[in-house]
Amino acid sequence: MILKGYVLPGLPQPLLTPKASPHYQNLRNAFDQVKSEINSLKPDVILVYSTMWPSILGHQIQSRPICRLIHVDEEFHDLGSIPYEFYMDSELAKTCAAKAQVRGLHARTADYEGFPIDTGSVVALKLLDVQTSKIPAVIFSSNIYADRTETVVLGKACLDALKEQNKTAVAVVVTTLSNRLHQSFIDPAEDKIHSLKDQEWNLKILEFFEKGRLEDLAQLSRQIQREARVKKVNNFKPLWWLSSVMGANNKYTGKVLAYESVYGTGSAVVSLTPAAESARDLEFDEDSPEVFAGERNVLSGEGSENQNAMRSIEDNQD
Amino acid sequence: MTSSSSGQIVAGCLAPHPPHLIYAENPPQNKPRSEGGWETLRWGYEVMQKNLDALNYDVLVVMTPHWRTYVGTHLLGLPHFKGISIDPVFPHLFQYNYDLKVDVELSTAISDQIGQAGLPTKLMKNPDFRVDYGTIISCHLVNPLWNKPIVAISTHASAAYFSPDVMQEEALKLGMATRKAILGSGKRAVLLASNSLSHRHFTHEPPLPEDMSFEHITNHSQYLWDMKMIGLMKDGKSKEMVSLIPDFTEQAISETDSGALTWLMSAMDFPKIPAKVHAYGTVIGTGNAVVEWSGI
Repeated sequence: MILKGYVLPGLPQPLLTPKASPHYQNLRNAFDQVKSEINSLKPDVILVYSTMWPSILGHQIQSRPICRLIHVDEEFHDLGSIPYEFYMDSELAKTCAAKAQVRGLHARTADYEGFPIDTGSVVALKLLDVQTSKIPAVIFSSNIYADRTETVVLGKACLDALKEQNKTAVAVVVTTLSNRLHQSFIDPAEDKIHSLKDQEWNLKILEFFEKGRLEDLAQLSRQIQREARVKKVNNFKPLWWLSSVMGANNKYTGKVLAYESVYGTGSAVVSLTPAAESARDLEFDEDSPEVFAGERNVLSGEGSENQNAMRSIEDNQD
Repeated sequence: MTSSSSGQIVAGCLAPHPPHLIYAENPPQNKPRSEGGWETLRWGYEVMQKNLDALNYDVLVVMTPHWRTYVGTHLLGLPHFKGISIDPVFPHLFQYNYDLKVDVELSTAISDQIGQAGLPTKLMKNPDFRVDYGTIISCHLVNPLWNKPIVAISTHASAAYFSPDVMQEEALKLGMATRKAILGSGKRAVLLASNSLSHRHFTHEPPLPEDMSFEHITNHSQYLWDMKMIGLMKDGKSKEMVSLIPDFTEQAISETDSGALTWLMSAMDFPKIPAKVHAYGTVIGTGNAVVEWSGI
């Protein structure tokens, strides 16, 4: 069961140099609020989907019980080093991978000493101070080749795993809204959103969040990718995962705890609390797939891996 | 080749960095063990390595697609880095203990020239920094003894931020800045562009990653594009090859989006001699060529 969902930014300034800019300090304060909320909720686990951990061979899931390293961001290395020690819910990670496979996804766990957890996950988990609270996490990579179906199905697999282990969770996506950085060195005190267009799109996205319209927003992901994102990957995926893992609806109380620029990006801290009433009662345009049916190779024959996955799900539902 | 009274670019190489090649070699620095694989590419690297060794060079200068910086060009700026590098994409193949030396004097000179060309640049001076696996793999494959210092240069995402044409313009300037710095350094440098050609991966791998019965190009159009580019290299038509890079980048999903190959050709002032193509092979569906320009 998901107790609450959060959208958190992943650049390191709010962690390493909050006083360099009122923007970064505002984000830091919002992170502190999220930390308090999560500590009060006492979830069994924090699920993190990070847009800053790319993968190619399907979805990777961090499962090492204790992750300990000193991290340095490849871009903002001059801001300092980030020593960390995080706890992963190894058993849940393994179950998530297994459930994803049942639903036709290619997924596997990552359990390697010295594995470099991405900047976004490190920043989020450090600012949530899980080192003190000892709340374990499970981190999911963002598959660069995946599109909506795979990402939605991954969210459902996470829910399957939570149900099987009877655990409560907070769901976090680490992502910016608009992701365009300034391409020259700036004075942090003068940080601002990269362009007016990015700013307008960010405000529109936040308007949806404030109304609790998560699934509506998720269904706008392709347009957000076209309008407000640098095309580093094929699509804007985190809201597909978040909406899927939270139930694919608009029944939330949304709060924008902070919205600021970090080196030009639209960085927001947003909370979504499940509510009794739906913001809007709409018929969603896009389907809610149960399994990933593969790359739709017209030559794939009877008994393919994907058809087997579909049958397996149907059997389980029976 | 490109010489002055002082420094010299004695060779330039297309030196791709699939972690699979290190995994297949089983060097002592890498933890995972394999039964081999991707021999065509590895044997091509062996020939190129011998050729380069004979040139008695002082420093390797590598431009790497896996140190992506969005704000300016960054260069390693401390003399020594040691640690473990785990590829976050293929962690089961690459867990490599590195111990490398940096030619900080040349790094600084290149950074200065980049700045004078009007482009943002920064030296990386955090001792905890983890060197990217592109740098490590390309340098290991041309110099497994690690007995030469390196200069590592980051790449931008300007192909994604703007367009491949903008990437091209920036990379040409970076190449010229690199060339100026080397010619003024009194050093004999080998340049490495650490990128694949076509770069569409398979999203699955066989249970045994080195099972070569599964290895082939992802699709034929990528093969045709790779052959077009290699053909121009072999014919000594580097300027024509560079002029195709924006289209190649978009249509073959090429790792030339990093700008590394454009940078290499610009730094070498567009060599007119035929390139020595030591190998072409695929790695998890991507097209990779081991290519050397030397002896001008």
